[in-house]
Amino acid sequence: MIGGTDLPVLLPAAQRLAERVRREREVGAPIPRLQARHGAWIAVILVFSAGAAGAQAGAGQESVLSIMLKWTPLLFQGFIFNLAISFLAMAGGTVVGALLGVWQISLLPPVRAGSWLVTQFFRNAPWLVLLFFCMFLLPFQVRIFGVVIPLPDWIKATFGLALPVMANVSEIVRGAIQSIPSGQWESAESLAFNRRQTLWQIILPQCVKRMLPPWMNLYAILTMATVLASVVGVSEVMTLTGQVLSAEGGRTDLLIPFYSYILLWFFIYCYPIARLTVRLERHFAVKT
Amino acid sequence: MQDFFAWFQWLYDETGINLTYFYDSFDRARMIDGFFTTIRLSLVCLFFSTIIGIVGAWLQGSRLVWARRIVQGYIQFFRNTPPLVQMYFFFFALGSLLPRVKNDFGYMEPMLSNFTWAAISLSFFAGAFNVEIFRSGIEAVPESTREAAEALGYNRLQSYMYVVLPLAFRVCLPALNNNLVNLVKTTTLAYAIAVPELLYVSNQIWSDSVNVPEMMVTLLILYVALVGLLVWGMHRWERAIRVPGYGA
Amino acid sequence: MTATQAWTADQPIVRIADVYKSFGIVEVLKGVSLDVMKGEVICIIGPSGSGKSTLLRCVNALVPINKGSIQVEGQEVHDPKLDKLELRKKVGMVFQQYNLFPHKTALQNVMMAPVTVLKQDKAEVEARAYALLKKVRLEGKEPSYPGELSGGQQQRVAIARSLAMNPDVMLFDEVTAALDPETVKEVLVTIRDLAEEGMTCLLVTHEMGFARELADHMYFTDRGVIVEHGPPKEFFANPKDPRTKQFLGQIL
Repeated sequence: MIGGTDLPVLLPAAQRLAERVRREREVGAPIPRLQARHGAWIAVILVFSAGAAGAQAGAGQESVLSIMLKWTPLLFQGFIFNLAISFLAMAGGTVVGALLGVWQISLLPPVRAGSWLVTQFFRNAPWLVLLFFCMFLLPFQVRIFGVVIPLPDWIKATFGLALPVMANVSEIVRGAIQSIPSGQWESAESLAFNRRQTLWQIILPQCVKRMLPPWMNLYAILTMATVLASVVGVSEVMTLTGQVLSAEGGRTDLLIPFYSYILLWFFIYCYPIARLTVRLERHFAVKT
Repeated sequence: MQDFFAWFQWLYDETGINLTYFYDSFDRARMIDGFFTTIRLSLVCLFFSTIIGIVGAWLQGSRLVWARRIVQGYIQFFRNTPPLVQMYFFFFALGSLLPRVKNDFGYMEPMLSNFTWAAISLSFFAGAFNVEIFRSGIEAVPESTREAAEALGYNRLQSYMYVVLPLAFRVCLPALNNNLVNLVKTTTLAYAIAVPELLYVSNQIWSDSVNVPEMMVTLLILYVALVGLLVWGMHRWERAIRVPGYGA
Repeated sequence: MTATQAWTADQPIVRIADVYKSFGIVEVLKGVSLDVMKGEVICIIGPSGSGKSTLLRCVNALVPINKGSIQVEGQEVHDPKLDKLELRKKVGMVFQQYNLFPHKTALQNVMMAPVTVLKQDKAEVEARAYALLKKVRLEGKEPSYPGELSGGQQQRVAIARSLAMNPDVMLFDEVTAALDPETVKEVLVTIRDLAEEGMTCLLVTHEMGFARELADHMYFTDRGVIVEHGPPKEFFANPKDPRTKQFLGQIL
């Protein structure tokens, strides 16, 4: 190293650039610099609208920024609740969806047809309709082995969100399995592996990498879909926002700042996932 | 026809399965209106999101740094935030900024109706995905093909129209179809701002007649059928324009 | 047709009798008959599409046949009651595209089948795997992943992998066709060593020099039938059928 250092900041500019290009080439994509541009855009909207709202506020009214800060802990709790719903729905949907995906390539026609049907049905139904379906038609409590388990609204909503996740995971798994070259199946067969062994020891381990980017993409979509639960009455960040706005007297100048605020939170959570997904996609594509 | 509908009244009396939109003409009219509103909303959004997609893809190839950055910012914003919140933002937040106008009855109403805001919001949402799709389609056409067109004497516009775009379109089509299907499903979000599309109308019916399970099953079947039909039609189109040896 | 006939070494180890195979309406094999004695090296050559690879795949039941019979060590291969897995322990196959499992090291690739399928003791299998990799001249490459190996090295791991199952017959389907000329030699040397140790080998190949040197019997297929066959000396020096002459004239 020139100058006896490998800290990029201490290198002259040209070398810094070469370092960056070398790192980017390893990953196979330009490494995005998150902080600079993108969050700045939304922050700009936020500040601009807060400023505009502040200008509209009469004397004696609290400034918009202080109102937003006042309500932040409550709204943040709601946001965490959204994230919790997203984790649960993703976990449940992934497990069942993976099974469905494997069953879609089963050698038994009824299993294959049945899982295909279930997958197509839940893929083609709008998420909001499935949510309504679960909210209205699931009982408010179930009795399992004599134990009564109450099903509050948010559990029904989680179940309703897990259904489309299941269908999409099923498609992701099936697509990944079908993208493995047939030569792998052939050579496993000629080594006397039976179908179950071939699937679990040879095919599926290779699929995991391929499934990761679309699966993460699905998670980002699911996280954003958790706000649909507000439409069916679950108390999450959107319903809380609505309540906060009416608690503040229904001031129209608060609408933009508050909605931008919520948008910003979702952006901050989902954007890194999106970029990571793109990087992983390119990384795995380059390897194969 | 009346006998067909009357049979469902019998069905209700005998089995308790209450499909009001069959035997009740008012509910029937509502359902049909709701269905066509959904279709109208989907078509409007499809049209505008395609235009937004084309404009965005064109701007992304522009030499102006700021044009590229604006398009990139737009895409990232609309892809990484919930479409429902985007719709609330447009309808409540931006809608409150616009002036109110007097309608025919003499009341003050918002300048843009909720249908319009839903269309605007969903068009921008779908348009963000379309920009990426169109761009990747155009990039999939090899540089050598473009060079060959130019060497044959096509100018830039002609080479785009006759050579690049037909090929790019075939690459884009599967992703565009996927986007269209998602768009149709996403129109249900317009429920939240009281657009009388299919879900909203069904909600009204089941609130009136307390026949939730029947309406829910009807809704599911209708949407699955509509989307299924769309998917099938799109597949046929894809296969019809397929060029052997090109693309996947 | 009895499933198992007592097989002795004076009978052909692989007997292919009048086999027909169609894929849909396309007839790929139109009455092929072939006998292989234990320890023999058989080379099948012919233009592409003549059915050579399909024939090999029929021998280890990767592909079912429409008519005729294939027997390995007296067992009818296409008997519906036959346990295919038992057959594949006797017949090993090496493919043109190597088909190594990319998520396992070379050693694990070789060890996987005996441990999982034959349920043999892991330590024993590991020792055998090391010995096999040494035999194919890949000592030191045991912990490498297929992505880190050259084409020729991967193909040799594939050969070691099939040998780990202790087969009685080895099938080679154009195993050098996907390799650069420099690496072809290292694979051919490996196969020659195997043959000299007495392994029964059926090769589909384009390597005429190799075939001439090693084969006990040559077969020429064209459009689904065996046009001509004979010991390599006669076969290459005096091809009798005009199609054989034309094919040999094109490639030699």
